[in-house]
Amino acid sequence: MPATAVPHATTGATIVRLENVGKTFENGTCALSGVELSVPRGAFLSLLGPSGCGKSTILRLISGLDRPTEGSIFWAGERRRRDVGFVFQEPTLMPWARVFDNVWLPLRLAGISRRAAEGTVMGALEAVGLADFRHAFPRELSGGMKMRVSIARALATDPEVLLMDEPFAALDEITRFKLNDDLLRLWADKGWTVIFVTHSVFESVYLSSEIAVMTNRPGRIAEQIAVEEAFPREESFRTSARFAEIARRTSEALSRAMAPAP
Amino acid sequence: MTTDPAARPDHAPQREFSVSAESGTAKRNDTFLKVALPLLVVTLLVLGWDLVVLINDIPQYILPRPVNVASTIWSDWEILGPALVNTLTITLAALFLATVGGVAIAIGLTQSRIVEFSFFPIAVVLQVTPIVAIFPLINIYVPNIYAKLLLCAWIVAFFPILANTTLGLKSADRNLEDLFRLYGASRGQRLRYLALPTAMPYFLGGLRIAGGLALIGAVVAEFVAGSAGVGSGLASRLIEAGYRLNNARLFAALVLISATGVVIYLVLSFISHRALGKWHESAMKQRGPR
Repeated sequence: MPATAVPHATTGATIVRLENVGKTFENGTCALSGVELSVPRGAFLSLLGPSGCGKSTILRLISGLDRPTEGSIFWAGERRRRDVGFVFQEPTLMPWARVFDNVWLPLRLAGISRRAAEGTVMGALEAVGLADFRHAFPRELSGGMKMRVSIARALATDPEVLLMDEPFAALDEITRFKLNDDLLRLWADKGWTVIFVTHSVFESVYLSSEIAVMTNRPGRIAEQIAVEEAFPREESFRTSARFAEIARRTSEALSRAMAPAP
Repeated sequence: MTTDPAARPDHAPQREFSVSAESGTAKRNDTFLKVALPLLVVTLLVLGWDLVVLINDIPQYILPRPVNVASTIWSDWEILGPALVNTLTITLAALFLATVGGVAIAIGLTQSRIVEFSFFPIAVVLQVTPIVAIFPLINIYVPNIYAKLLLCAWIVAFFPILANTTLGLKSADRNLEDLFRLYGASRGQRLRYLALPTAMPYFLGGLRIAGGLALIGAVVAEFVAGSAGVGSGLASRLIEAGYRLNNARLFAALVLISATGVVIYLVLSFISHRALGKWHESAMKQRGPR
């Protein structure tokens, strides 16, 4: 059976679109070239590719932390960036601040007082199941709990788009599976668009509504694969034949993308 | 000074000190040992000193007995007390000004690359110049004795705070920097919520060094400035006692200077521990998640 590539023929409105985007760093390294990517509103899109293929660079460009050296990024037709939340590979918490203060940070930077932010912050902590740990310091938490705080912080601003850069890569498998399910639940509840960077085929298949497979250096989008499995997904999906089939197609697409050009 | 969580009183030599083997008392015994053992060593050293003097029949003007030094602190308190107050005043004032100046200049330096590139080399030049060598200049240009001593002590104490705080302000986590940028933090917010907390452990490390250096600065400044009479501190009394072959008072002044240094160190360590205890590795008793 051939791979079902769904190039840009996405249903629904596009929230962010990358047109011929390239990024060459000051040292001459060409990380991205000719990236074409449309992210439908409400999608859970995974960027899948080997280490160093420019997945994180795409995320940084979308977030506005870096500027593309070629091409443009459009937000629902405009050039102005919408509200985004960013979850880094590391939890990236302030070690001197308690859990509450870490989650409060984006609101605090926007000038919202502790009192005014309290409801939102506690709501975000409840959503990730850490309301009881509001007074804890990051060092008192396990790796998975720190990542939950990091997600809660991204939740606090109620972003339209959540960008996640291999957020669970450093966690053990049991914790990762748990956080995968929690993330899908939050995504369904909040109606976000998620752009999720991963180098795990299985993680991308389990989580995504779409997978964008990337080529290596310079990175571009080789294929966009739709994962036609209904949400909410159950743990049993991980071991189902459909899962294996989609994973096989995705792996093949990845192999094709990584093969040297003829 | 460092706490060693691995040192538990569960092996033989410590058993005689422990009342029971439970962990609560074990912790208390640890603290007890940390105080008792150094005291024991110091006591033995002092006894050894006394024995050397007694056995060799060394005259008091060469090496006084410890008990004479102690009684001199008591009997000469009218001279040594005010001197101690003067030295302490200069030291603490210099430390305070060094803290304010060091932190302010460090913040200034890290606000702009132009400012940093322009002025940091000058700070380095001043740092690598043996500061004692410019004391004679200060002696010439600054007439007021207090200002003179204060300036000398300040210059010596100021650099570790400046250097450490500058390093700390530039050590913020790169991802956190990105996060602050993403959420549109202003320059002031970045400084207040990110750079300053990051710099805190570095600053406190510098402060502890500066505490000792401020005292050294105050003492050396007095040696160079040679203040006598009004406003003279322990260093002047020490030199004066040396000229008069009053070795008991010389030792007494030395003990007071040393004790001052120890107290400053302990107080600054305590402040450091209180400020960082909850989050920083250096002040933690136990590692890892609970």
